[in-house]
Amino acid sequence: MPVIFRTLALALIWACSLPAGAVGSDREQMKGLDEQVQEVKSDVLSIAAELGRLEEKLLYPSNTQVAVFIALADADQMRLDAVQVQIDGQPVAHYIYSFKELDALRKGGVQRVYAGNVTTGEHQIEISVAGKLPGGADFNQTGSFAFQKGVEPKLVGVTLASPDTGQPAIAIGDW
Amino acid sequence: MPRAPSRLLGFGLAASLAAGPSLGNDLKDLHFGEALFHAYQGHYFDALQRLDTELGQYHGLDEPQYDSLHYHIGAAEFDVGDFELNYRMHHRAGRAIRAVLEGNVDAAVRNEAAFRLARIHFQKDQPGDALQALQRIQGDVPREIEDDVEFLRANVYMALGRYGDAVEVLAGLQRSESLTGFAEYNLGIALLQDGQTQRAIDQLDRAGQVDARDGGSVAIRDKANLVLGTLLFESADYQRAEQSLDRVRLDGPFSNQALLRAGWAEVSAGNFERALVPWNMLAAREVTDAAVQEALLAAPFAYSKLNVHGRAALMYGHALETYTNELDRVDASIDSIRKGSFLEALVREEIRQDKDWVIRLRTLPESPETYYLMALLASHDFHTALQNYLDLEDLRVRLVAWQTSFDAFEDIIGLREQNYEPLLPDVDAQFRELDSQIRLRVAQREHLDERLQGMLTAPRPDHLATADERVVLERLGQIEARLADADDPQQQELRERIARVRGTLTWRLRTEYHERFTLAHQHLQELDTVIAAMTQSYESLVRTRQAATHSYVGYDVPITRLRKRVAEALAKVDRLMARQGHMLETVAIKELQARRERLGEYQAQARFAVADSYDRATRQQTSEVQN
Repeated sequence: MPVIFRTLALALIWACSLPAGAVGSDREQMKGLDEQVQEVKSDVLSIAAELGRLEEKLLYPSNTQVAVFIALADADQMRLDAVQVQIDGQPVAHYIYSFKELDALRKGGVQRVYAGNVTTGEHQIEISVAGKLPGGADFNQTGSFAFQKGVEPKLVGVTLASPDTGQPAIAIGDW
Repeated sequence: MPRAPSRLLGFGLAASLAAGPSLGNDLKDLHFGEALFHAYQGHYFDALQRLDTELGQYHGLDEPQYDSLHYHIGAAEFDVGDFELNYRMHHRAGRAIRAVLEGNVDAAVRNEAAFRLARIHFQKDQPGDALQALQRIQGDVPREIEDDVEFLRANVYMALGRYGDAVEVLAGLQRSESLTGFAEYNLGIALLQDGQTQRAIDQLDRAGQVDARDGGSVAIRDKANLVLGTLLFESADYQRAEQSLDRVRLDGPFSNQALLRAGWAEVSAGNFERALVPWNMLAAREVTDAAVQEALLAAPFAYSKLNVHGRAALMYGHALETYTNELDRVDASIDSIRKGSFLEALVREEIRQDKDWVIRLRTLPESPETYYLMALLASHDFHTALQNYLDLEDLRVRLVAWQTSFDAFEDIIGLREQNYEPLLPDVDAQFRELDSQIRLRVAQREHLDERLQGMLTAPRPDHLATADERVVLERLGQIEARLADADDPQQQELRERIARVRGTLTWRLRTEYHERFTLAHQHLQELDTVIAAMTQSYESLVRTRQAATHSYVGYDVPITRLRKRVAEALAKVDRLMARQGHMLETVAIKELQARRERLGEYQAQARFAVADSYDRATRQQTSEVQN
């Protein structure tokens, strides 16, 4: 992560210019507290994991669970502004992207844009995308796809691509 | 000499952090991608929550090779350690990486894990353990971390006081592009610590002229020039010191220090007029900086040496006024911190949205306490403590939100129970009836199948008679029974007629046997299709029935347990926040008191100097008038 590297490096360079012992005798106490903070972080992460399982079981049981994920095609530099998702004609998600989120998508991250419930059987999903292409032109696309919901959780992965990549603007895949 | 090995060594860590989570072009696991999405935004708690869950599920599988995470398992194992490290959870990061080290992995992966473990030990000020981890690296080392491994090794040697070994390692890294500036600078420092002063000066001279391309390299080049300038100044080589200090950029983080020292280098060489150039420039900068405050006294000092006492008196007067104002400001800051405003300012949401939030703290309205803390905020220990405080605040907010969500969960569960409970007895009764019918039909089908299978080896045409034929055969049997004892001719004729009818039927059954047998099989297969559809509906019904129950039964225990855990964690977080906050306030107040003390000294000096300068100016004026 070059950005982290640079930021940290600069912070450390800055630190080097400090008078030695600016924190001094409090350092040990800070370290002790740091250990305890690490412990409580671990506890809360464990609670989060248990709570996540409970939440999923309660709100999105596997036989009705459907989740929609958004990804950008590899190395795509389009500026994604917003995504709208409809399932069986009903709007279920409308998301506007911040710079940080767009950056995370460009680096290969995948966003869970929607989690909900549908019955088993065949359904229609419609994805609408608004953004700008690297050249500055508007990019507005809508794609409609059928998907089959079985008894297991359904994960729908949506990959978005600029026209110059040679890939479909909106493609969905099963995971 | 304003440096300590542990601080310099931080660069090594920074350089090695350049290795981020690896991501292939073909992502196979959406949940892994989701964890990366959070990590790339710096949301490490969320990233860890996702990835921990995924890894937990993966390791719980009987055949994990069929799970989609299997394609990324190596990256995921490393990334979880990286995320923990970035979330300042060194203990867990160490455990995660040790798990990789102890796993059945190839040399390249094991070596990378050893490197990462060494990096964690190093960051935790455990250079001995870091060196041990580095010594586990044998054989293939991934090319992209080769230089970072050696750079870390050099830094570990320096932390252990083995400067000669560090020099040897760093000498081999002088052409590393990824370490431009850092390898050169650290070699200079290692030589200096090793007592090779002249070689250190030559090396720092090289480090001060590297072709730096990014912000980090440019900053370290400035640092090299500043250190070199200081060294040369201390060696009374003022001209070269001046040259070196001139190379420090005027807008970099070291420019104030460089300007101050450049002025002193000129003064030491007797060039008071030339010293005024950097000092006047410095005196016009942000007044909370220590170098600027010193320049406020240094510049009039140079004027007084040039016998410009009037100008010096005015500047001392301005310095005195500035110090008095700044002392008031520092006092206000100390009061503000004591009232808790500092911690309140830190947790303001709008500040934390910005990646440069530390810098923005300075511009916070109504937060005078932050003006003097910029240097402190940037120090590693204080910064870690501050980040911990913010992390605790983040945990607190999450825990409070979870507490309220339990109430919502219980509402949902209650509503579902109210909805389903009255319906289920009827549904269950219908279900039981349907269940018995289905079982009966399935048993009948099994019986038919068995019969047909038996007829493959022992043909039984009578088993394939139609219902009408079976009725006729039965009727014939009854008539035969009635005629059994009669022997008059009329009845004898009836018996013959019955035999003919039976013979006709038998003929038909025997001659049509194969066709009927094939047809029976076809009917059985058709029955199978119907039974399969029925079984599917049955299973769907079972699942729906179970889902109805599972939607409100069995949550009491986990919710009660989670409520307790959340309450305990929240109490712990509150306690720790209070202690961490108190620690931050104490350190901040100490820093401000130190600055106050220095300002007080400057104020006293300025007060004396202003009076002295006015005296001298007056005497000079009188003397000029008399002449």
